[in-house]
Amino acid sequence: MITTVALREELDVYSIRKQFPVLSREVKGKPLVYLDNAATTQKPQVVIDALVDYYSNYNANIHRGIHTLAEEATASFESTRDAVTRFINAPSREQIIFTRGATESINLVAYTWGRQNIKAGDEIIISAMEHHSNIVPWQMLCEEKGAVLKVIPFNGAGELRMDVFEELISPKTKLVSIVHVSNSLGTVNPVKDIIEKAHQAGAIVVVDGAQSTVHLDIDVQAMDCDFFVFSGHKLYGPTGTGVLYGKQHLLESMPPFLGGGEMIKEVSFEKTTYNDLPYKFEAGTPNIADVVALKTAFEFINGVGKQKIREHENALLIYATKQLEMIPQLKIIGQAKEKVSVISFVLDNIHPQDAGILLDNSGIAVRTGHHCTQPCMNIFGIPGTIRASFAVYNTKEEIDILVKGLHKAIKMLS
Amino acid sequence: MSEVKNIEEVESEIVEEFSLFDSWDEKYEYIIDLGKKLEPLEAEYKVDENKVRGCQSTVYLVADYKEGKIWFRADSDAVIVKGLISMLIRVLSGHTPDEIVEAKLDFIREIGMMSHLAQTRSNGLLSMVKQMKNYALAFKIKTPQ
Repeated sequence: MITTVALREELDVYSIRKQFPVLSREVKGKPLVYLDNAATTQKPQVVIDALVDYYSNYNANIHRGIHTLAEEATASFESTRDAVTRFINAPSREQIIFTRGATESINLVAYTWGRQNIKAGDEIIISAMEHHSNIVPWQMLCEEKGAVLKVIPFNGAGELRMDVFEELISPKTKLVSIVHVSNSLGTVNPVKDIIEKAHQAGAIVVVDGAQSTVHLDIDVQAMDCDFFVFSGHKLYGPTGTGVLYGKQHLLESMPPFLGGGEMIKEVSFEKTTYNDLPYKFEAGTPNIADVVALKTAFEFINGVGKQKIREHENALLIYATKQLEMIPQLKIIGQAKEKVSVISFVLDNIHPQDAGILLDNSGIAVRTGHHCTQPCMNIFGIPGTIRASFAVYNTKEEIDILVKGLHKAIKMLS
Repeated sequence: MSEVKNIEEVESEIVEEFSLFDSWDEKYEYIIDLGKKLEPLEAEYKVDENKVRGCQSTVYLVADYKEGKIWFRADSDAVIVKGLISMLIRVLSGHTPDEIVEAKLDFIREIGMMSHLAQTRSNGLLSMVKQMKNYALAFKIKTPQ
């Protein structure tokens, strides 16, 4: 009870919920309880309105048109770039590249910087808790170049073995690509420490911020990462928007990723010269509408306040952990000291999929399965987990509904 | 095995049974019960080549061909999936490859399982149906007419 009062003073979750139209719908005849926020967050009305406004009032192709609509669309698109620059404290807007998502951002680095710089015998370090999108691009690169992929293991709580990392890193290490926050365990990794040690060895570091950017304060300059990637749809923005931040000298040294319009300066059949940053990496007509609307997602987050959001989510995490631990058949997977509002768990003798189906039948949306982190699940010796992940609009009452739903599922399945 | 009902008849039976349930909870309780009762597959059949792809849970499916008819056996580590397989086996087992290939399996939609389970790749009901039909097709091609 005390928790509820404290929460309401900090953040009016009920007025925030009203800004998310989907939260008022029912699923299987019950009010939707959406706890799959690590997969994607729901969108506030301001984001939906921005999409409609763009298509209703100033849809045009950007950068080249001289007519009014093109100018308005360009200004709006580019103002999102400024918003991203401020949101992650990048030194300049030219260092913000728009992509389709974090996955494309990582692939961009692997295909450009990677192909240019990785040679046979070089080593790339990732961790055992990476999402498949931060494993496969590097595996492909290593296979092509004859380079070696090394993996930092984690302990039983789901924390990276930094002692092993220090053994793995050597002058052979050319790149470290590390997840800032694990999507399946919720662990916040010590990226600053990793970056510092990698730099000492002469390696560059890619930070996968897909899960962290919505929860933590991101300052790419203080972090000193070489590349930082994230997706818009996990921070209340539209799908199909992603960001690659890179250090200027690296971005300038890299060859283009895709060839086409926008990324060129001059084209002749003999030779093409490439455009300046950031346009060198933005071939073709970009996802204008979604990028335009992404700006309102940042405004939404800044309007509520990241600190307040974090306190709210942390209170939910503590409450949910306590409530879930009281279920005797339940075991939480991933109990790192530093965690965001993600709880993965398994139930004794119950397949996560069965529990997921029955929870859905109670209107509760959770994710079940390996969460695109199969190697991570293999280490725990489980096929997958049930994952509940909380956002700004979730409530203590919804956690109670989850707990009730779990008790019911356990009863039905035992 | 003397009087095997045709596929549509078994489908109608299942639809009728499901019409008795008032709630989704009851439907799931029934499916879970079917899953628990399905005879487990011997360990020797739980091999990669018998795995059905496209399921979040691990599903094994074996098809035996005897006297022109196919008999299915299957297992899964998830009980609801097992219950669904049990229904598919009840409907399709003991029929000719032609009958299985042609089966429309409207009962899946009629008992409401289409909207619940078939739309996402993680649930894999459609993968199971496809795999059963693939077996039927394979036996059909292999068998000289």
